[in-house]
Amino acid sequence: MTRLPHPSAFRQNALLWFFAAALLVTMLLSLCIGAYPVSFSHVASAALGSLWPGSSPFPGVSDKEHIVVILVRLPRILLATLAGAGLGLAGASLQGMMRNPLVGPDLIGITSGASFGGVLAILFGLAPTAIVGCAFGGGLLALVLASGLARLSKSADVLPLILSGVIVSAFFSALVGLAKYLADPETKLPGIVYWLMGSFAGADGQKIWMLAVPTVIGGAILIGLRWRLNLLSLGDLDAASLGAPVARLRWTLIGIVSFIVAAQVSVSGGVGWVGLVVPHFARMLVGPDHRRLLPASALIGGFYLLAMDDLARSITRQELPIGLLTALVGTPVFALMFWKTQTKGWARE
Amino acid sequence: MNSTPSSVPTVAFERLGFAYHPGRPVFQNYSACARPGQILAVLGQNGRGKTTLLKLLLGVLKPTEGHIATTGRIAFVPQLFQVSFDYSVLDMVLMGCAQRVGLFGQPTRADEAAALEALARFGLAEMADVPFHELSGGQRQMTIFARALVSQANILLLDEPAAALDLKNQGVILEWIFRLARHDGMTVLFTTHQPSQALAVADHALLMNSASECRFGPASEVLTEANLQALYGVPLKRLRFEHEGKPRETFAPILL
Repeated sequence: MTRLPHPSAFRQNALLWFFAAALLVTMLLSLCIGAYPVSFSHVASAALGSLWPGSSPFPGVSDKEHIVVILVRLPRILLATLAGAGLGLAGASLQGMMRNPLVGPDLIGITSGASFGGVLAILFGLAPTAIVGCAFGGGLLALVLASGLARLSKSADVLPLILSGVIVSAFFSALVGLAKYLADPETKLPGIVYWLMGSFAGADGQKIWMLAVPTVIGGAILIGLRWRLNLLSLGDLDAASLGAPVARLRWTLIGIVSFIVAAQVSVSGGVGWVGLVVPHFARMLVGPDHRRLLPASALIGGFYLLAMDDLARSITRQELPIGLLTALVGTPVFALMFWKTQTKGWARE
Repeated sequence: MNSTPSSVPTVAFERLGFAYHPGRPVFQNYSACARPGQILAVLGQNGRGKTTLLKLLLGVLKPTEGHIATTGRIAFVPQLFQVSFDYSVLDMVLMGCAQRVGLFGQPTRADEAAALEALARFGLAEMADVPFHELSGGQRQMTIFARALVSQANILLLDEPAAALDLKNQGVILEWIFRLARHDGMTVLFTTHQPSQALAVADHALLMNSASECRFGPASEVLTEANLQALYGVPLKRLRFEHEGKPRETFAPILL
């Protein structure tokens, strides 16, 4: 019995290429957006000029334009895209392994745990790379606490997990408050507050590396395991009966997700709701199969956070905090999903 | 394709005991076995530990005493299959390939062809691209049967396979259980609350009477009025009748 891949598979693979192209175009266009006007042709010239240094800046591109495009905007665009892609992947993986489309890294406490870890590192004056490590530890701790607490209820429902996330988030927020209270208001507090607000404004080469390494490595593993996520999403007993090493697989995924989210938090502060909303959009477009959902979530996540950051730095004269925008979009989407699950039941049973 | 049960059991447990909390065994001293092509029905009241027994056989739980011996691959069919995400029927069946597909791998074209062939056996090939949620309860069970075939399992564990189905689909599913045992040579173990289902298809029955007492033997010998009344605390009548020229038997509980 032979069979061609069914038309919907073709369509969905085409969709993935379309998302990739749309992301590239958005990245290029984003280079043109900002307070200092630079025309598209000059942006293209500057970009090409920096790709092939021998060819020198093309005629007509001023040094100032070159600095704005290559040293200010490009790192920021890369940072926002990487962060969005990482959060999209993290969210889709979490939702798959926890069998629920209503969970996200911030909702179940990873973000606030990572924030606390990062704040602690700043408080003790640790190096920027140590901030990633501490944020990772905090995020992982929060995730373990939240899933452990949820397991006490002995039900596979999402409600215990979300409530546990709320509890854990509140706990770590209180710890962050305590750290702020204890921090030296002259030397440490401004750094902590600025870091917590979250922004891609201070993007530079070091931050890109700090985010790119965990996101690219972790993301590659997540995408490699994407068919295994289908198995995990069936439930423990069923996945185990099919021969999946459930516990080992889940802990591997949890570790990777925490690592990616912690890296994002450490370079750009807590950007909420992306990991929840993006996989939801992706699922609407390419379906629930994680083989396509994970790449789609990465691409859409990059696109989404980049677009949000473009809005954040261009919508008003003064820059808006990115976390504010993502929450303004994220909460209504979450409300919509909540309404959908209440009226229909996610599993339609 | 094996139609004559061979003498070596593919599923056997001896003096099996399990306790979630030390000192409070769910059951102990349970022994039973089943050979290729045989069907074993497990009966017991709610909370007696039927699902726990299946989890032990699946290896999800470890026995606190006794031992389990299984030969080959086990496929599990849960009571009512619900998925959190709207996978297609084909995607569900493909998950049976998990053992063959590497950690970072994905099912191949050949796997897909095997999955479609398995679906075709259950008359579901046309449904391959339909969301699993849109199937009826009976069709879902058969999809999971197809997945078991794809996984090349030789042991089938079913948790109340017909409990959530209407009468017609109960018949369809029981017939498939019978065929998978006799035609495909699978060793089938299923839990049920219906002694009549056990009597209809099972070769052997295991009655889980209490934590320390079970009864195992040929279905027609173990499934007696007295044994079942002791098991359920409800009187039952074993009725003999003729249908299309063949002698039949069933159980009727006397509920009022």
